[in-house]
This record gives sequence, C-alpha cells and structure tokens, in this order.
Amino acid sequence: MKDRIILFNELKNKIYELILKTSYDLPSDVYIAIEESIKKEESSLGISILHKLLKNADIAKSEKMPICQDTGTAVFFIEMGEKVKIKGGSIKDAIFEATKDAYDKGYLRKSMVKDPIFDRTNTNTNLPPIIHFDIIEGEKIKIKFAPKGGGAENMSSLKMFKPLDTEEAITNFVVDTVLKAGGNPCPPIIIGIGIGGNFEESAILAKKALFRKIGERNSNPKYAKLEEKIKNAVNNTGIGPQGLGGRITCLDLFIEYFPCHIASLPVAINLNCHAARHGEIEI
Amino acid sequence: MVYMEKIIKISTPLLDDVIKELKAGDEVYISGKIYTARDMAHSRLIDLIQKGEKLPIDLKGNVIYYAGPTPPKEGQVIGSIGPTTSGRMDPFAPKLLNAGLKGMIGKGNRSKEVIESIIKNRGIYFVTIGGAGALISKSIKSSKIICYEDLGTEAIRELVVEDFPAIVAIDSLGNNLYEIGIDRYRKI
Repeated sequence: MKDRIILFNELKNKIYELILKTSYDLPSDVYIAIEESIKKEESSLGISILHKLLKNADIAKSEKMPICQDTGTAVFFIEMGEKVKIKGGSIKDAIFEATKDAYDKGYLRKSMVKDPIFDRTNTNTNLPPIIHFDIIEGEKIKIKFAPKGGGAENMSSLKMFKPLDTEEAITNFVVDTVLKAGGNPCPPIIIGIGIGGNFEESAILAKKALFRKIGERNSNPKYAKLEEKIKNAVNNTGIGPQGLGGRITCLDLFIEYFPCHIASLPVAINLNCHAARHGEIEI
Repeated sequence: MVYMEKIIKISTPLLDDVIKELKAGDEVYISGKIYTARDMAHSRLIDLIQKGEKLPIDLKGNVIYYAGPTPPKEGQVIGSIGPTTSGRMDPFAPKLLNAGLKGMIGKGNRSKEVIESIIKNRGIYFVTIGGAGALISKSIKSSKIICYEDLGTEAIRELVVEDFPAIVAIDSLGNNLYEIGIDRYRKI
C-alpha cells in the first residue's frame, strides 16, 4: 500500500481548531451527566452549584470563552498510522505551532513555566505540550487532546501495591485519595484509574481512561463491575459538589488495565474536574 | 427538591459587624473592590512584610481572590476567572490576616493555622465555584493591574465586582463547611 500524504498546514489547522473547540465546549456527555446528577443530589447548596456549572457551560459555548480559566497543560495522545507521511514539517512541529497559536489567538491562559524548580517564569506560549505518540496500522492519524488543569492534576496519586493485594485495598486507595482531595479538584470529578503495566504505564492508562464517555463501562465485565463498585464508594464519601457536602462526588469512574510483572501491581489515579474537557479528531 | 435561593448581599471593605453575622454555608453576593493574588504574588507580599516595606495594596478590611484569569477578548472586561486551590496560599495567609486582610476567596479547605488565624483576626473565608470561570466573569465590572505585571496571569489585579457569587466556607468563629457539609452526607 502506498503512503498517504497529509499537508503540514492542514494538520496544524485541524489541531488548532480542536484545541479551541475543546476549551470552549463542554463535551455533551459531561453536560448531560451534570443535568442528571441534579436529580440525585440531596444537598440544596449542591443543587445550586450544579445548576451554575450548566449555566457556566452555556455561557462558555455561546460566547466562545474558556469553560475554566485554567486552560491547562496541553496534553496530546497521537495514534499515527504507519502509512502516513506529513509533507512540509513534522507532526511534533504541527502540535507545537498549533498549541502556541491557539493559546494566543484563542485567549486561553498560558500556564507553563520554564523550569519546575530553578526558573518558574511563564513561557507565555503555553509551550511545551505533553505528547504521547503511538504508531498504529493504517493510513490515518487519530489526535486526542485534553487541556489538563492543575487543581485536579495535583490531587492525583500513584501507588505500587503488592501483587496479591485485593480490590478492597485498591478501592480504599481511591476513596482515600478522593477524601484527601476534598474540594480541590473541583468535584463532581471524573476519575481515571490505570491498573497494571508498570510505574509510568499505569499513569498513562489513568490519563487515557479520562477520554472515555460518561456511562461507558470497561468491556471486561470484571473491571466494569469494579468501576461501579468504586464509584459507589466514592459517592458515599459525602464530599459532594465543590467538596461542600452532598451525594454527587464523581460523575463517573473509568479503569484501564494492562498485564504486569509478577512482583508488581501498580495503581494510578488521575482526577479530572467537572470541566472535563477532552476532544479527538481523525484525519 | 426545590431549591430556595436566599442570598445575602455584602460589600467591601468588610466590616466586623457584617463578618460576624455570616455563617458557614451562607450564600453571598459580594460587591466592591477585591484583589487577585496567587502563589508568586503572595510570596512577594510576604517578602515586603518581612522587610517592613509598604505593600502595593492596602490590606485593611480587604479581600483577596485566589485567581488568575484568561486574557480578555476585545470589548471584554476580563476573561474566565474562577478560583484556584486556596491550600497553596496557606503558608502565607496568616501573615496577611495579621496585616489587616479580612477576607479570602478561593476553593478547597484551609489548614489548621489559617483557621486559627481567621478566628484570631475575625476574618472570613469564602469559596466560589471552581470551574465556573465564564459565569463568574459576568460579575466583574472592571479590572486593572496594580503590580507584578511580569507575572502575567498571576499579577495582582484590582477588580470591581457586583454581585460576585460566593459561599461562606469558614466563618469568623471557625465553623468549617468542608467539615460540616461532608459529615452530613458521609456514608462510609
């Protein structure tokens, strides 16, 4: 099969549009989940907060404003078909240029600093993005984008369990993480959990899990059941909307898993706020 | 459940008589001037206090909002501007309360030291809705940078707000909605 040529500028423009749409439009599944949660919430303050979240999403969409002022670190997952060739530049350059332009021209906040310890001055471009590349069969490129805010990211956690630790221990780890996080990650949250792989793979799985649609269960029934079980436990913590008390602490919880070493059982928890922005395109 | 909205209107600078009437869980609309400051600005303010130098903002009776907005579009006063996590400002907050600050607006729980300082200084901690920056921007009528422009979004801004939506999270007696609220609904 022949290579497929994609023009650099076409690719860059599509990534630019993806960044803006994702930053202004709350995904419809998340919007509907918040609407549904109002019926289940028992706290009157919680209900008032949930209504305001919908109003916020409406304003952001109609006025093309960022849903949240924390327009995040720009995180990309790229699945690149092995037959694809980019003409006029590299895919990495296309992502960098689209990120810089979208954060500038789209009035998004620049939140990246040059050096984590020794020079915390803002790069003023929101560069660099964080990019995870994967090569797949075929002649298409799939680009997933999530602007990830600091509040929820800071409350995320990773633990290397012993191989024979039980699902109870994992459930308790998630509940403890959510309790410790309280109102900081802007509940109602969405929880991504990566189980297995190794240290870094579990964290990447946890982040990937956040791209799933609300209500979509893991295709493995055992993990689907575990998702429901942990989600119920989290919603019994009483944390509620914004951590001020209530029934709705998480809108959904997703697990991704991977085989792992005989000595290991890594578990990573990546929290996402209710402004769970994520989008994807296929070219 | 029908939600009956009962919102108390208050204005800045905050007076002791007003603060003492506010209880954890009350919903309020704040009007008047408030100032934004995040991590870097706090660190600089504390440096000035430690050196005994004059501060760029008058803290007396005033309110700091932990926030860094998105840039405004043409014709907008300000971009999206929701709260950031208050806990990161915990090491600095007692020093500012001792220097006259009365109110803080952010999101998330505060440390024991901050709560003790709130009680001692008869201050108050409000929260507003994290992730509702577009909605909150509607209550902001003007914005100007007072200092630290080099910090970009983290500069100190003076905002004039009208009916800025907030909730009393920790009142001047130290009652804490993060504990009271969660205990009410906790099942495990």
